[in-house]
Amino acid sequence: MSARQAVAKTYKLYLGGAFVRSESGRTDPIGGVNVPRGSRKDVRDAVKAARAAAPGWAKKTAYNRGQVLYRFAEALESRSDRSDEIDEAVDLLVHYAGWTDKLAAVMGGVNPVAAPFLSFSSPEPTGVVAVLAPDSPDVLGLVREIAPALAAGNTVVAVVSRTKPLRPLDLGEVAGVSDIPGGVLNLLSGRLDELLTPLCGHRDVNAIIDATYDDDVAKTVDELAAETVKRVSRPSPHTDSLTRLEPLVELKTAWHPVGS
Amino acid sequence: MSRSLTPVNRVGVEERAAALGRRSIKTTAKREGIRLATSMIDLTTLEGSDTPGKVRHLCAKAVCPDPSRPELPSCAAVCVYPSLVGVAAAALEGSGVAVASVATGFPAGQTSLKVKVDETREAVAAGASEIDMVISRDAYLRGDDRTVAREIEAVKEACGSAHLKVILETAELPTYAHVRHASELAIAAGADVIKTSTGKASSGATPGVVLVMLEVVRDHFERTGRVVGVKAAGGVSTTKAALHMLVLVKETLGDEWLTPDRFRIGASSLLNDLLMQYAKLDGGHYGRAEDFSKE
Repeated sequence: MSARQAVAKTYKLYLGGAFVRSESGRTDPIGGVNVPRGSRKDVRDAVKAARAAAPGWAKKTAYNRGQVLYRFAEALESRSDRSDEIDEAVDLLVHYAGWTDKLAAVMGGVNPVAAPFLSFSSPEPTGVVAVLAPDSPDVLGLVREIAPALAAGNTVVAVVSRTKPLRPLDLGEVAGVSDIPGGVLNLLSGRLDELLTPLCGHRDVNAIIDATYDDDVAKTVDELAAETVKRVSRPSPHTDSLTRLEPLVELKTAWHPVGS
Repeated sequence: MSRSLTPVNRVGVEERAAALGRRSIKTTAKREGIRLATSMIDLTTLEGSDTPGKVRHLCAKAVCPDPSRPELPSCAAVCVYPSLVGVAAAALEGSGVAVASVATGFPAGQTSLKVKVDETREAVAAGASEIDMVISRDAYLRGDDRTVAREIEAVKEACGSAHLKVILETAELPTYAHVRHASELAIAAGADVIKTSTGKASSGATPGVVLVMLEVVRDHFERTGRVVGVKAAGGVSTTKAALHMLVLVKETLGDEWLTPDRFRIGASSLLNDLLMQYAKLDGGHYGRAEDFSKE
């Protein structure tokens, strides 16, 4: 019997719930396989998909979002290529699944005011969040940043690890078979110098999580964010959950007249 | 009643129309294309919920589509229901933007000829200089071309000096051959402009339909020397689709047809996409929908 012919996998971007090649048709050979090299058009398509998915994801009840994130964790748990890093990523997803219905109580509430009003604040999703994932750890580094963004009700466009993009792109397949709605999570691979300007300069992106730990990237991101008025957060791997979640919501405060 | 249809090669039309949409239009050409498309828009609001306030907002936007970019041209016209023509006419007085009104029982056209003619007269009297009428598809699909032609003639007469655009509602015509036949029928009956759709049907100005109509206009012009305009309406909501239309016009009828007098695009959401793309050419950053007012 002849030796079995191995089936090489075509790695693809995860955009709007679909697995697609880069619109530009380009690839970069990484680790012996061709990885899609995302273009600015891919960025635009991803932001469009994320924006379109944003109202639906934000409107889901916190309880439901938690269930979906938990399901995402379950799907990741069932992968065959488990490791300590993947286990930690699963635990993180479960952790943030638990955060979804606690955000309002922790961040919002009734404000004490010295006037005959009822004043209360509640956190709302900030919208479309761009995530610049670190090069390493490839999966855990990505999950650490997308999980709080999704838990807070945002939709995400993430640029995955540039040096090790294969397993992060596989994470798209995990999301694809979980209950994450199409467009809520979008994963791009490619070169940071090409993707940074169209993504961080896109007016329809509301916040940026920069986890590249790179000073040159930070400078470019800050300039683009200032030009287009968006919030930038730079969590370290050890940043606690609440500090991660805070820049990903907008607090809405309402004043209600109470008679008497 | 029998009618003879000129056969139209469906595959050939769709292939050519699609091929003309594959051009790469960037930077300077895109900028000019956006300006031209803006000047050709019939900015339209045809909702049951239209109010005088909404129409006034829309008129202001048609006159000056983006106050931060005054170099952009005004739209060609504002298109409203007959009851709001007076409001639009007052808001647009002296601006050079025309008032268009749908009439004749829009969008279905299922009313009597008397009602259609009266509605047209009323809209013209209120200040509309362009009338968008629908053909009676009911009569057309029965094969009663004479009734269709008679209605167009009667409405044309009621228009007086106002321009008459005849809506074929191509989504309800079975084949391109019927689109071609109906276009010829409308032109022969006196249409100044032939228009694809009401915007209320399942599909609108598909590239294939627009190409067939442009070819009818070209053939008619070559035969008689009479200029007939074309209006693409329904479904043209992106800059890419609008530029595709301009390429179709240029390649079928030439540069002389690339003016608002001879080609129009009926649209509501298209304008914001044009403005967003134009801002991108200027500012370098990709825009977002909420930067532009809905009306």
